[in-house]
Amino acid sequence: MKSLIRNLRSSVMAVLVLAIVCCGIYPLVVFAAAQILFHDKANGSLITDASGTVRGSALLGQPFTGDKYFNSRPSAAGNGYDATSSAGSNLGPTSQKLNDAIKDRVADYRKKNGLNDADPVPADAVTASGSGLDPHISVRNAELQAPRVAKARGVPPEKVAELIRQNTDSPDLGVLGDAGVNVLKLNLALDALK
Amino acid sequence: MRNLDWLQLALFIAIIVLITKPLGLYLVQVLDAKGKTWLDWLVKPVERVTYRLLGVNPEEEHDWKHFTLAMLLFSAVSALFTYAMLRWQAWLPLNPQKFDALSPHLSFNTAVSFTTNTNWQSYGGESTMSYLSQMVALTIHNFASAAVGIALAAALVRGIARHTAKTIGNFWVDLVRITYYLLLPICFVFAIFLVSQGMIQNFKPYTTAKLMEPFTVQVPKVDDKGQAVNGADGKPVMVDQVITEQSIVQGPMASQVAIKMLGTNGGGYTNANAAHPFENPTPLSNFIQMISIFAIASALTYYLGRMTQNQGHGWAVWSAMFALFLAGVLVCWWAEAKGNPIHHNLGVAVADGNMEGKEVRFGIFNSALFATVTTDASCGAVNAMHDSFTGLGGMVPMLNIELGEVVFGGVGAGLYGMLVFVVLAVFIAGLMVGRTPEYLGKKIGAYEVKVALLTLLVLAASILGFTAWASVSKWGVAGLNNAGPHGLSEMLYAFSSCTGNNGSAFAGLTANEPWYDTTLGLATLIGRFLMIVPIMALAGALAQKKVVPQSAGTFPVSGFTFTALLIGTVLLVGALTFLPALALGPVVEHFLTLQGKLF
Repeated sequence: MKSLIRNLRSSVMAVLVLAIVCCGIYPLVVFAAAQILFHDKANGSLITDASGTVRGSALLGQPFTGDKYFNSRPSAAGNGYDATSSAGSNLGPTSQKLNDAIKDRVADYRKKNGLNDADPVPADAVTASGSGLDPHISVRNAELQAPRVAKARGVPPEKVAELIRQNTDSPDLGVLGDAGVNVLKLNLALDALK
Repeated sequence: MRNLDWLQLALFIAIIVLITKPLGLYLVQVLDAKGKTWLDWLVKPVERVTYRLLGVNPEEEHDWKHFTLAMLLFSAVSALFTYAMLRWQAWLPLNPQKFDALSPHLSFNTAVSFTTNTNWQSYGGESTMSYLSQMVALTIHNFASAAVGIALAAALVRGIARHTAKTIGNFWVDLVRITYYLLLPICFVFAIFLVSQGMIQNFKPYTTAKLMEPFTVQVPKVDDKGQAVNGADGKPVMVDQVITEQSIVQGPMASQVAIKMLGTNGGGYTNANAAHPFENPTPLSNFIQMISIFAIASALTYYLGRMTQNQGHGWAVWSAMFALFLAGVLVCWWAEAKGNPIHHNLGVAVADGNMEGKEVRFGIFNSALFATVTTDASCGAVNAMHDSFTGLGGMVPMLNIELGEVVFGGVGAGLYGMLVFVVLAVFIAGLMVGRTPEYLGKKIGAYEVKVALLTLLVLAASILGFTAWASVSKWGVAGLNNAGPHGLSEMLYAFSSCTGNNGSAFAGLTANEPWYDTTLGLATLIGRFLMIVPIMALAGALAQKKVVPQSAGTFPVSGFTFTALLIGTVLLVGALTFLPALALGPVVEHFLTLQGKLF
């Protein structure tokens, strides 16, 4: 009994001490260091326009469906790219719903980008990402969309290709991960052309 | 399976091998109450004050019953602390988004799930939890449950290493030293690295961004009382709504994510967990996060070797873990790279693999590697949605959990889980050669074998029992997001994940309702505490034993034969127990995918 009470006291005190050290001091020191060392990143890598309005985050995708813009991946986050409800579709490999959605997206993608019925469509263009906020599309996907965007904007294809290259994140340290084209940054660069 | 991906795998393995010894040696110091570390000048004074506040004498050691009692009381008090904070969230500060208090069943589920190092989440973090709840109510367990796991592993190793001893250490000393000397220092550096990659760390309210291309969605029409309006046909009337803004999540994320990975907790700050671009911004942050999941668990095998003065044994256990890891990652990667033939028939490029639920920056390989690592360990963070993996690709994480997460495993939990298999392996070896089984000079008797088997039976009974119950219940089937065998997989995965204290999910399952919250919460408690108590009894029993001198007939617990025997034991127990259930879920799904069958 005595040992029970002693251990109970230690338990309560341990919770309080850990709360102060690990949940007070620790996050606040990280907060201070992060704000000093990496101010922009610690605050969400926000992109603001000339008038000071926030247009998005360099790390988060936005929905684009028009011909003038490079289109993002399908998204299962809320109504699409809802950054307060990140989610994947969570549909499995034998899902009828997923099958139907991909079928429609493949047809749309081919029609929009002038592909033939037999042409394979990049997987990332017709599948939803894990977060629903994927900022990237694959390089192949961007290359297939490039002629459409160039035509809709009346911009020379070489210029569009150059912008794709500039907004491609290559693998970290040359090895890690896959190359991806940041759609928001690319579309912002397109709008800034004029 | 591209060449560059093989290089990434080699790099990952090389780094894990390289950190095992130095971190293991550091653990020897941290887990010794009188150990010296290079941080003593800074931390020692704080450590002394902490003991005084706790009313603990650091010189004292305890037997296994006292040790276990302290651990259970601490877990109970800390769970209540979190439960209370979540129930009162609406009235507590640091809640700029004005999130409501959590329901009783969700608070129960979340509190026990974080206390048991499971971090199963029935909620979406960014739409449920205030900054205070994230930073205090949840993060305290990210530290504490990790420290408890390591303390228990250390106690078991002491039990193995000592002879004719009554005590196996002091729980409070272990808890404090692990937190102060191991977890916190690494987390400081790790968190700031994560911010350098783009992770947020602030206390601002969510930022509103003006979309570049506004879009229109159909939403149900509501009257001025907020009720949905139904049309003449009884269906809700839909109206157009133009979305012009994106609300960007903010908050103290990096400090929480660092310990979430290092402590193999896995509870995401956001709903999408490590798939969210803020929570895992770059392939480099992804790579380091994967390393951090395995780091401590791998080092603990070195600690085992050092403490038992048989480094070969430590490496033999490590090798068994490594072989099982490698087999898992290769199968998962192959299956995901191969993709889904149903979707290929629709015109999706075959070479791209299965990209549903995966992020472009990680691609197939890093998604498969992450899924394997997070379920080998009891982490449960995900950077891709396991629910959308192919049949066999999704079976790998499920099987990893069902083997007991002993492939490196959760911090501490992986080692003590694997040591149970070691006891069984030497028992089987003893039966085969017809001698009394011995483990490091100690005779393994009926008591030890019974205790070891009890832990395995608890695991299987909880996973299979709860899944069977859910699959024939209305509440069980109502939560499913997928039909057919995949629906069974969703339930089987959920109860495996909770019993195994993993926390990852086939996340289509809607678990935030009273039945699932309660049964899954119970599964986490069973999987943690009904495992731990027998294991501590094992530690106590082993500590008391005398050492008998080695003889020519002693079965060596190092070297290739032992490693192979250990792998065999793990697979045999796992395969025999779970194969029937897996055959009905992912395996049959694989064959149905080949036939093009849809549900």
